[in-house]
Amino acid sequence: MAGRVKKGIMGIKIGMTQIFSEEGKAVPVTIVEAGPCTVLQKKKVETDGYNAIQVGFYPAKEKQVNRPLKGHLKKAHSKPLRYIKEFRVDNVDDYELGQEIDVDIFESGDVVDVVGTSKGKGFAGAVKRHNFARGAMGHGSKYHRRPGALAAKGPARVFKGRKLPGRMGGKRVTVQGLEVVKVYPGKNLILIKGSIPGPRRGLVMIKNSVKV
Amino acid sequence: MQDIIKSVEEEYYKKDIPAFGPGDTVKVHVKVVEGTRERIQIFEGIVIKVRGEGLSRTFTVRRTSYGVAVERTFPLHSPQIAKIEVTRRGKVRRSRLYYLRNLTGKKARVKEKGRS
Repeated sequence: MAGRVKKGIMGIKIGMTQIFSEEGKAVPVTIVEAGPCTVLQKKKVETDGYNAIQVGFYPAKEKQVNRPLKGHLKKAHSKPLRYIKEFRVDNVDDYELGQEIDVDIFESGDVVDVVGTSKGKGFAGAVKRHNFARGAMGHGSKYHRRPGALAAKGPARVFKGRKLPGRMGGKRVTVQGLEVVKVYPGKNLILIKGSIPGPRRGLVMIKNSVKV
Repeated sequence: MQDIIKSVEEEYYKKDIPAFGPGDTVKVHVKVVEGTRERIQIFEGIVIKVRGEGLSRTFTVRRTSYGVAVERTFPLHSPQIAKIEVTRRGKVRRSRLYYLRNLTGKKARVKEKGRS
């Protein structure tokens, strides 16, 4: 990987608003309360097959953390934490156990990818789930939002992977190439241009973009 | 959570905005950038609509010049607006003055508030 230093942080989606840029343009932003994340474990190619840091985020109550995890946290002298995730990094030795990662690893103008769990939509039809076109709602039409023909007569069966109604949302979604508009290191807040996956209070991971 | 959103929005709010509503005539001092220079342009007309809440509140001003009507919508808290002056309070009975679009000349006027 030339040029790009892999880095990432976990955060909680707070909500959306708009702010004004220096040119006076209104910019839609999502506010994320990110960090501080504690480094809990370092994974190396020699021992684990890949380079990554395991980080924890969001203070939890003592009783919310079970004993095995407490022991794991103790190695990094960390307080109880609610979420634990891994971030791939190039050089594990840049990090220390117990080190805190703050929002100031990003600055305004950075391009990031945001990973989250999308809002669950329940059992959704093909129109909503796969952007199928719907039939006419009126003019004598009785064909409104159905999925249409499933396959050709030839194979006399439905191919696997056919787009049909089913559970939608509640999945891991990555949105690439979002711009960091502003960072508030004191308040642990980061403003990202546009929308990001998931509900408010949802956990998101912010990484620098793979596309840059 | 709402507090956090408010704390971010806070620095973008303007505090010196006069109270005005639909029917009022306002002078909007708009900052216009020409090349490197910045100057103020005044857009005066009747407010026909105010919508939205908070930072995203916008208002629409309608003016007629040389027989051509122009409507411009501004974000209320936009930094591109240097100043808003209220020149006349209008007496109107609805919040959206779209009926003005179908009227011209003497009919396309709004009565002043407080006059009998």
